[in-house]
Amino acid sequence: MIDHDVLERVLAAAVRTGGEWAEVYAEDKRNTSAFLDDGRVERVSSGRDRGAGIRVVKGETTGFAYTSDLTEAGLAAAAEAAASAASQGGGGVRTIALTRRQATPVNTVTTYPDTIAKSAKVELLQRVDEAARAAGSAIAQASAGYGDSRKRVLVANTDGVLAEDEVVRTSLRISVVASGDTGMQTGFTSIGHTFGFEIFDQYDIEELARRAAQQALTKLKARPAPSGAMPVVIKRGTGGVLFHEACGHGLEADHVVKGASVYQGKVGQLVASPLITLVDDGTMVGEWGTRTFDDEGHPSQRNVLIQDGVLTDYMWDFLRSRKEGHAQTGNGRREDYASLPMVRMTNTFVLDGPDDPEDIIRATENGVYIAELGGGQVDTASGDFVFGMREAYLIENGEITEPLREGNLIGNGPQVLRDIDMLGNDFEMGSPGTCGKDGQGVPVGDGQPTLRVTSMTIGGTAA
Amino acid sequence: MSAEQLLELAERVVAMAAPGEQVEAYVARGGETSIRVYEAEVEQFTSAQSEGIGIRVIRDGRTGFAYAGTLDPAAIAEVLSEARDNVPFGSVDEWAGLAEPDGVLAKELVLWNDELGSYSTADKIELTKELERLTLAGDPRIRVDDANYSDGASERALATSTGIRVAVRRNRCFATVSTLADDNGETQSGWGYTVGRHPDEFDISKAAGDAVDRAIRLLGGVKPESRRLTIVLDQSVTAAFLGIIAGTLNGESVLKGRSLFATRLGEQVAAPFFTLVDDPTNPLAYSATDIDGEGLATRRNVLIQDGVLHKFVQSSYSGRRSGTASTGNGVRGGFAGTPGCGCMAVQITPGTRSQAELIAGITDGVLIQSVKGLHSGVNSVSGDFSTGATGLMIRNGQLAEPIREFTIASTLQRMLLDAVEVGGDVDWLPSSSMGVSLVVNDVTISGG
Repeated sequence: MIDHDVLERVLAAAVRTGGEWAEVYAEDKRNTSAFLDDGRVERVSSGRDRGAGIRVVKGETTGFAYTSDLTEAGLAAAAEAAASAASQGGGGVRTIALTRRQATPVNTVTTYPDTIAKSAKVELLQRVDEAARAAGSAIAQASAGYGDSRKRVLVANTDGVLAEDEVVRTSLRISVVASGDTGMQTGFTSIGHTFGFEIFDQYDIEELARRAAQQALTKLKARPAPSGAMPVVIKRGTGGVLFHEACGHGLEADHVVKGASVYQGKVGQLVASPLITLVDDGTMVGEWGTRTFDDEGHPSQRNVLIQDGVLTDYMWDFLRSRKEGHAQTGNGRREDYASLPMVRMTNTFVLDGPDDPEDIIRATENGVYIAELGGGQVDTASGDFVFGMREAYLIENGEITEPLREGNLIGNGPQVLRDIDMLGNDFEMGSPGTCGKDGQGVPVGDGQPTLRVTSMTIGGTAA
Repeated sequence: MSAEQLLELAERVVAMAAPGEQVEAYVARGGETSIRVYEAEVEQFTSAQSEGIGIRVIRDGRTGFAYAGTLDPAAIAEVLSEARDNVPFGSVDEWAGLAEPDGVLAKELVLWNDELGSYSTADKIELTKELERLTLAGDPRIRVDDANYSDGASERALATSTGIRVAVRRNRCFATVSTLADDNGETQSGWGYTVGRHPDEFDISKAAGDAVDRAIRLLGGVKPESRRLTIVLDQSVTAAFLGIIAGTLNGESVLKGRSLFATRLGEQVAAPFFTLVDDPTNPLAYSATDIDGEGLATRRNVLIQDGVLHKFVQSSYSGRRSGTASTGNGVRGGFAGTPGCGCMAVQITPGTRSQAELIAGITDGVLIQSVKGLHSGVNSVSGDFSTGATGLMIRNGQLAEPIREFTIASTLQRMLLDAVEVGGDVDWLPSSSMGVSLVVNDVTISGG
């Protein structure tokens, strides 16, 4: 994408005015998307995003500039802007020698999506539409979105690091509306992997469409969710978002270093039920949050955050590691070249526990069973967090009974982690997610076995 | 490149339209500065320019689209050719088409301030440091998570083979501060902001004061009991809900069977005092704009008049398909996407009383300071909503103890009918909806 010697000259220029450290991050991304709604393929779209972001660090200050011009002149102008943003003082001349960082790519892509005809992509959407509409006469509307991207990334810094990576993503999202006497309800399914078009060999997309349709149809019969505190059982593969919000964000070193996390100062302490071992792993083959390198050129790795309930470590990026003298953990991520990296999760999940999932339901006299969670949000300082239930049922006398309408649940992270009293042995990864932080969205994965929380507050309207 | 030069570029693309082909070129260029201060030092300073083009081609009822994040001439030719290549894969839609000039003149809005461009970096940094200092001085229990200044300028041009050619520019700035308040091992967070077309319009001390109050007053919060009561939505919370309600009054959602108000035109859907408009021509709105995403003049549209559903907003597509016309509500997020249909600057006709006066009339209620989980807790198709919240109890007309870790739930339909009064305390947030206090009866709160 950019010549070795150009990178060396641009980095040298970036620190000439006194910067202590500088980085060039460049990306070249091509994407294709197709969207079907109301029975029609509304559009097929192609996009190209290419550019570089240059960071210069001096003391506690980071200067940042970005450009869509990848010529040496364009990069030099951005380097100068970033350097002057970082410092006003004089500096010296430094030469930079880059060494390519070798890492075996985590993923092997079989079928690059750009080698597949657009007609084949559109056909997927038409099959989804047909299957969803055939699921029942109450299905009133369906939409489906296909997306793929191929992104080349280059990171070089004044420590001599040079890392290059290619990231391929392929995804499909399905939304269905069902309409009945009680109004309209929605259903949703999605798949996404850091693989190519071969993912469609592994999924029955008609089945995904029927599942979305079934979710909407089921909710037509749903009654208002209860309000108040009660036991909650969360189905495998969907509750990762609970950990993402209950503690994941609070374990990001930028929040911790600023004292904006309830988990600050808790390393070595019991912060969760001893059943819980929580891992963030950017090397899980094919998952949505998987990368060979993070966006600072550090190799992705598996980080155990909580072991048997005890907090073992936080997640780190370059800046926070530098400040605290800690090793980087491969969690420096950014939305694109126009954004500064910060500490982010990759694939965050809880390992298997001892319980049979059927037993967990049977052992719950009365409560709520959540078959699919929606998104969530957390205040890392207080630890209070919410997440939505997209598909949920009552548990009565140890059995799953009536469907419930949508709503949010609210809890306090540290409390909920302690209140997990049963953990299944049926681990599964969940749907692809986008994690938002400080205005930037990055792809993340999550997963967990079926589990029970002894008490959470359900935000319904029924007494 | 000036807006006029961008327009020339767009026109050159449109001139390449083949017979039987409709072509639209949307060209945008922008610059931003953002500064983050932490502990009296500049923690981050970003200064950058971005640009790009999106091209739509429609032929025989089929639509293709492509974009690139550059205005490099070779890339532009490639974008046009990609958009053309994508056309055959779209379905035939008899209503597909670009907007056409409709004779409505754009209202002349002052959305550009020449002085902002010459406001010095040193002054921006000083202002951000001052915001942090003022906030810290507000209370000894307060820490500042970060203080930020941000400004942006954009120039946009749009040309179509149907005869639209417009070029506009806009600049604006805002400052925000996030706080943490500590007491007895507990930490709560708060925020404050101020917006303007120039920093001279900022009210830094109000931003600092709000950020301090919001965090401090939540300290010692407890979980409330679950029950139904009257709530007062703080200004920014009302703004969030107005945005969601406006999203359901969208002509395209109506056509596609996704609007819960689809069959309710002319009916009483809200309390009689409730008049909701979308008015991007109001220069006070942060999202004010004279031109919509398809190049038509924006206009004031009354959606709900005195509680009666009056109108759905339309893009050129939904207008054509529904047998009406565009209401100037084609919206687009940027050059990387195609226009959709939506509201741009949602406003409610305000009342006259202050928030304190509204509260004085409530014997048992809650002031909702913030909500979280709107994206997962509000279903705009079914109307069900349930969000996490923080706030303060209202007892006998006074604010009482703080409450936290609870949810509020109702449906959008009920909430509009259960609204009883809107305040006169209008606040223009950095958002596409107006902030104002709103009192709503009979909402369920879930806590312990």
